[in-house]
Amino acid sequence: MIPAEYYLILAALMFFIGIFGFFTRRNLLGVLISTELVLNAVDINFAVFNAYYYPEHLEGFFFTMFAIGIAASETAVAIAIILNVYRNMRTIRLKSLKKLKF
Amino acid sequence: MEHTIFIMALPLLSFLILALAGMKLSHKVAGWIGTLSLATVTVLSYSTAILYFGAGRGADGLFPTLTPYNFTWLPLTESLQIDMGIMLDPISVMMLIVISTVSLMVHIYSFGYMKGEKGFQRYYAFLSLFTFSMLGLVVATNIFQMYIFWELVGVSSYLLIGFYYTKKAAIAASKKAFIVTRFADLFFLVGILFYGYYAGTFSFTPEANILFSAGIVIPVALGLMFIGGAGKSAMFPLHIWLPDAMEGPTPVSALIHAATMVVAGVYLVARMFPIFIDFAPEVLHIIAYIGAFTALYAAVVACVQTDIKRVLAFSTISQIAFMMVALGVCTSDDPHTGGLGYMASMFHLFTHAMFKGLLFLGAGAIIHAVHSNDISFMGGLRKYMPVTHITFLVACLAIAGIPPFSGFFSKDEILTACYNYSLMMGVFMSFVAALTAFYMFRLYYLIFWRRGYYETQPAMFKKGEIEEKPHTPHEASLTMTVPLIILAAISCVAGFIPFGKFISSNGEAYTIHLSIAVAVSSILLATVAIVIATTMYMKDQNKVALILKARSKKFLTAAYHRFYMDELWLFVTKKIIFRGISRPIAWFDKKIIDGFMDILATTTQLFSRQIKRFQSGNIQSYCIWFLLGVMMLALTLIFLI
Repeated sequence: MIPAEYYLILAALMFFIGIFGFFTRRNLLGVLISTELVLNAVDINFAVFNAYYYPEHLEGFFFTMFAIGIAASETAVAIAIILNVYRNMRTIRLKSLKKLKF
Repeated sequence: MEHTIFIMALPLLSFLILALAGMKLSHKVAGWIGTLSLATVTVLSYSTAILYFGAGRGADGLFPTLTPYNFTWLPLTESLQIDMGIMLDPISVMMLIVISTVSLMVHIYSFGYMKGEKGFQRYYAFLSLFTFSMLGLVVATNIFQMYIFWELVGVSSYLLIGFYYTKKAAIAASKKAFIVTRFADLFFLVGILFYGYYAGTFSFTPEANILFSAGIVIPVALGLMFIGGAGKSAMFPLHIWLPDAMEGPTPVSALIHAATMVVAGVYLVARMFPIFIDFAPEVLHIIAYIGAFTALYAAVVACVQTDIKRVLAFSTISQIAFMMVALGVCTSDDPHTGGLGYMASMFHLFTHAMFKGLLFLGAGAIIHAVHSNDISFMGGLRKYMPVTHITFLVACLAIAGIPPFSGFFSKDEILTACYNYSLMMGVFMSFVAALTAFYMFRLYYLIFWRRGYYETQPAMFKKGEIEEKPHTPHEASLTMTVPLIILAAISCVAGFIPFGKFISSNGEAYTIHLSIAVAVSSILLATVAIVIATTMYMKDQNKVALILKARSKKFLTAAYHRFYMDELWLFVTKKIIFRGISRPIAWFDKKIIDGFMDILATTTQLFSRQIKRFQSGNIQSYCIWFLLGVMMLALTLIFLI
């Protein structure tokens, strides 16, 4: 059996790759994808902790299911926002979206 | 006595009407509103006086002090409260008569004098306001109410002096009057607060034992109050505003700066007289010396002024100083043994109001006719203005102290009181009285006699020496001469009023008896002074006058410039007070207090300018900061706790 640490390391990597992408991507879609990576990393954590340490419980799995569902709807909303941003600004490059300034 | 409320209410009402709706009214209607309300007030005042004095004395032989109205306006502590009300006692009733009479005369007179003037309605509104506040001052039930109306009087005086608000000199004069009197009123207020704190009441009749326990504070408080009175009554060295106040319309000078407002200081001292005499006789004597000096100073300055109204202004200062002296030389409150001055002072206040009002109104008629204040444009006017001439002469005789005119009787009482106090004071005041006769007759001759401007000018015009054809002055209209005649009639007979029967220092009836020595000597002195004035000024270019002029040039110039008192004040204020006190205070305010606030503001601004960069609009940098913050928190939580 693969030890739990492997999963956790993978999740941590995914999490920080997502954070890194969130901070550095120039494109709104890229930022969105990075967010998904972060969410999925957390999902993996939930599933691993549930399966390895509390096998008689199911809360972790349920939470994962919820998170996936919410992530899906959130993505839909985010994409709608991005589409609207594009319509108004004619760009989705983050550098150019600086209207909310001092 | 309930009708006395209308004495106060009517002028206020007419002020409100004229001030709010004045511009919509025609000159005539506005004038009538003011005059009619004042006429009603006069009738009410006289009926009050008749009722009050007619009711007779109480069982204790005194006229009762009535307070038809009195309500608590501002309770400060359980015992200390400020009341508003109306108080009638002999001197306030006397003042009601004086104010309403002179004010009514001025109202009627102004119909002619201010005819067609821009702001006619405003003028009548201010007159009503002034009359209201002056009446409120004299009927005040307590010192604080008096102070409130005292300030109102100051405001209306300011407004009326600055009536010709396009004239620079008038604006400067009104500001000067307001600032000088306000400066003096500061001391008055401090005095009132001392008095209120230590006597435990603002009323005029505090309990004697409380005053005894207060000790030295009461004389100090009374002295401070006197400084306020000295400001309003133009006592040296606070007199500087009064000559300048002559920039106002002449009827205003007659009403405010001759008859009523300027005697407010005398009235104040008379009002506090029982306390003065019992607790601060030394202060009273200081008042006497200040008054004596002022009387001499103003009389000397009046001798050389060339502006007709300035002469009268200095004469007013001198005469008010006489009243102050009369109050100051009192040594007890018994009119038979040293309290005579109180009665004399009030008597002189009464007669002076009448003949000085007359003099000013006469001067107004003259100014109206010749269009100038300068006596060099007058002379020989007796042919052109007979009524003005006769009434002016009556007033001059009255102020010079020639019997049977009113001034003789009152001034004689003052001189008697002075001789009772000390021989020095008596001789000194007799000399000033003679000086009064001299400068008044100098003025009289320069205006009405000698070959004046209107006789020399036409000849010069014919020869072509001057271009402008001089106009012939003419007698003033009926609205102006009738008040003159009325006041002249009063000045003729007022001396025979048995004044001591109504007013005396302890309230008991006192029969005036002329002291023969004083009366004869003062008549002699006045006659001599008049004769000197006649020889010097009746004809042009008198030798004596010219020699005197050449001999004492320096002194005359100094006197003409009022002995440089104005310059001295300017020096004191500009060089000493502004530089020594105001500038350091301004520096402290600007650099320290404002500086501290500035530092707060600048640092905040600098700081916010720095942190403004965080608001870049770049979401990713927000997130990095957010992450950093979370990590900091996490690290603190992990390692510190």
